[in-house]
Amino acid sequence: MSEDKIPQDYSAKSEVGFVRVRRTRFQRTLIDLKKAPPTALLGMIIILTYIIVALFAAQIAPYGEAEVFLVPYAPWGGDHILGTDQIGRDIFTRLIYGARNTVGIALMTTLLAFLIGVFFGLLAAILGGWADQALSRLVDVMMAIPSLIFALMLLSIFGTNAVNLIIILAILESTRVFRLTRAVGLNVVVMDYVEVARLRGEKIGWIIRKEILPNILPPLVAEFGLRFCFTFLAIAALSFLGLGIQPPSADWGSMVRENAGLINFAHYDIQSGLTPLLPAAAIAILTVGVNFVVDWFLQKTSGIRDEK
Amino acid sequence: MKNNNLGHSQPLLKMSNIQIEGFADERWHKIIKGIDLTLHRGQILGLIGESGAGKSTLGLAAMGFARPGCRFTGGEVEFDGLNLTKMPEYAKRKLWGTRITYVAQSAAAAFNPAHRLLDQTIESTVRGKIKPELEAKADAKKLYEELQLPEPDLIGDRYPHQVSGGQLQRVMTAMAMSAKPDLIIFDEPTTALDVTTQAEVLASMRFIVEQYNTAAIYITHDLSVVAQMADDIKVLRYGEEVEEANTREMLSNPKKDYTKSLWSVRSIDKKEKSNDDYVLEINNVSAAYGASKVLFDVDIKLPRGRTVAVVGESGSGKSTTARVITGLLPPSNGQVVFNGSSLLPALNQRSKEELRKIQMIYQMADVAMNPKQTVSEIVGRPLEFYHGLKGKEQDRRTIELLEMIELDESFMDRLPNELSGGQKQRVCLARALAADPEIIICDEVTSALDQIVQEGILKLLMKLQDELNVSYLFITHDISTVKAISDEVVVMFQGKVIEQGPKTKIFSPPHPEYTQLLLSAVPEMDPDWLTNYLDSKT
Repeated sequence: MSEDKIPQDYSAKSEVGFVRVRRTRFQRTLIDLKKAPPTALLGMIIILTYIIVALFAAQIAPYGEAEVFLVPYAPWGGDHILGTDQIGRDIFTRLIYGARNTVGIALMTTLLAFLIGVFFGLLAAILGGWADQALSRLVDVMMAIPSLIFALMLLSIFGTNAVNLIIILAILESTRVFRLTRAVGLNVVVMDYVEVARLRGEKIGWIIRKEILPNILPPLVAEFGLRFCFTFLAIAALSFLGLGIQPPSADWGSMVRENAGLINFAHYDIQSGLTPLLPAAAIAILTVGVNFVVDWFLQKTSGIRDEK
Repeated sequence: MKNNNLGHSQPLLKMSNIQIEGFADERWHKIIKGIDLTLHRGQILGLIGESGAGKSTLGLAAMGFARPGCRFTGGEVEFDGLNLTKMPEYAKRKLWGTRITYVAQSAAAAFNPAHRLLDQTIESTVRGKIKPELEAKADAKKLYEELQLPEPDLIGDRYPHQVSGGQLQRVMTAMAMSAKPDLIIFDEPTTALDVTTQAEVLASMRFIVEQYNTAAIYITHDLSVVAQMADDIKVLRYGEEVEEANTREMLSNPKKDYTKSLWSVRSIDKKEKSNDDYVLEINNVSAAYGASKVLFDVDIKLPRGRTVAVVGESGSGKSTTARVITGLLPPSNGQVVFNGSSLLPALNQRSKEELRKIQMIYQMADVAMNPKQTVSEIVGRPLEFYHGLKGKEQDRRTIELLEMIELDESFMDRLPNELSGGQKQRVCLARALAADPEIIICDEVTSALDQIVQEGILKLLMKLQDELNVSYLFITHDISTVKAISDEVVVMFQGKVIEQGPKTKIFSPPHPEYTQLLLSAVPEMDPDWLTNYLDSKT
């Protein structure tokens, strides 16, 4: 109630005298962005840079992704800013293409994981009873097996290609998404407005889409950021082990592996010693950037604030 | 009630020109705008007003405390010669729990579930070094006895979940009395209780406060309760004092218009009409949640275009009956007959048309609406779902419905959290009306609202019944609401129907035993009511 406007007679309309003008989504986003802490802005700049690099890899990169030059292990400088690798491919070029491959596959995997996890999580939350038990226990079983080893096993059974990689990792990651979705979904499913929708005779799809999803979106988006980082690291790890993205596609995980030996030469040439750390740094910086943004988003939606 | 020796002695508590601001929507709002308050030893002051009037904030301010997000901006609190507003936090902490204590609305939320009641009762007394532990325990047991708790020697060994809500509220009073404080602040201590329990809790609280000559501030929105408890009443509105007077004078002769309007809200009196055309009949229905049976052979008949009120305490099966009618809980036995034909037991077996004709409104309007949907989406959806209205047609009808519930077009784009409690309930009503129902089940629809707002909703319900000939099944525990709007009354107790009949018949003697108990336990706006009630019971 605003201070200057106190109604003297009762009427239903005047009960709330002070209502802000509704801002459009765009305006609200702008205001949020203005108030974002510097870490979050830095995070957004990092993510944006990666996206641009990934999208325009072909235009930015000086050479082709799998183009082989005469000199392997060329030093930094000259025609190759960051030198060449063990078979003479330009490292700078491969770093740029790596953004497209590694980030792209990680994004696809995370999206698929959420599609599966959220759908089944909400199904379990709404149906309850046997359906919930069956789904939850199945997930428990899958989570009981260490996921990296599980992934290695499945990849060696089904063969290593990008599609298999995405599907297998997505299914493994979706177990975590399932758990979160089911937990937050359970809180919303018991709300009266969901009961109202059921009493109205709404179909389950409509209830999920219109009544439940909008109300559990904030934790899911936050989880998406974190999950993306983990998927990303898992792909890099798999590539490092030789089962991830296959050559000649450039990928940061395998770049670390292929050039790992160079670290021994740091003693003689600091630049060549740094070379295997470059793709590792690319991974680290993106992970940190995404986490900055996720932290800010969590803080904004959960109401948890650092005491000042 | 006592009015002795208040005289001209030094007041115990003196609050002058208190101003408090609260932070919301990124700016500071005035919550309390300069209120004075004096309280003598042994005096009970009632603070009443609607929600948002600043009652609780003022009550806490008497302890020198401002909630997180609130701040003192002016005024002084003087407690027994100590200036609480200037006192550092640690010094105030020594007073809290020992010389000033607080009884909160929801005892269940205020107790630590992991500790025994007795340990929690004496905690601040022992920590404040008022008494040694053994002595404090003995005193606490004596308090339990005075508060008429069963097995006073043993009940302290129980955990909070092992006692009932009314008992927990009394243990909390014992906790507040344990250190023999000079001042107790009661913040709506009986609001969450059933009427029959409420009367007893009120009696024991009044007894204990008189016994030890403690001063108290009693905060409530229920006038008839404050009439039993307080020596004086202060009426608040929008953070300002409306008036303060002696209880009897305030009740018989309120000065300000606002106070008069508070006093007269239960003026609705519906002429009772009967009808032999039953739109809904519940025949011999029994139901159970898993293994525990909650309804036993319930028979209820709802005449077309009339209001049947279902009354009873919590746990009497009122809401379960509603769940059986809507199909959320298929009955284990018996049937629900709607317009002469039997409804299938489960929700998903019923046709869209059957679902449309029975609508429901809930107690908590804020959780009955999706917080992410605007009013136009909330009201528009049933229009589209049942009647296939889209776009402009849908908007036109939505506005029509909003006007029926005395709101207008400007509410279309609001989200539920931009509506007041009463407006939310109106929008829920509009959503139910959008389906063009024959029956609306109202489950405690007014019990979360202030009295003036309640009256508005009840009048609206009656007006709509006249216009649309819709039938209401009105579930409530509030007898005065029943008197106001019903044609017929069903009294329920422990899952059984005690009696059903026209309002005048149910409310005139002779009553079955339980109806008698239920009716007599409803506080009246008469300061002697509690005394008479207790006399009549002995």
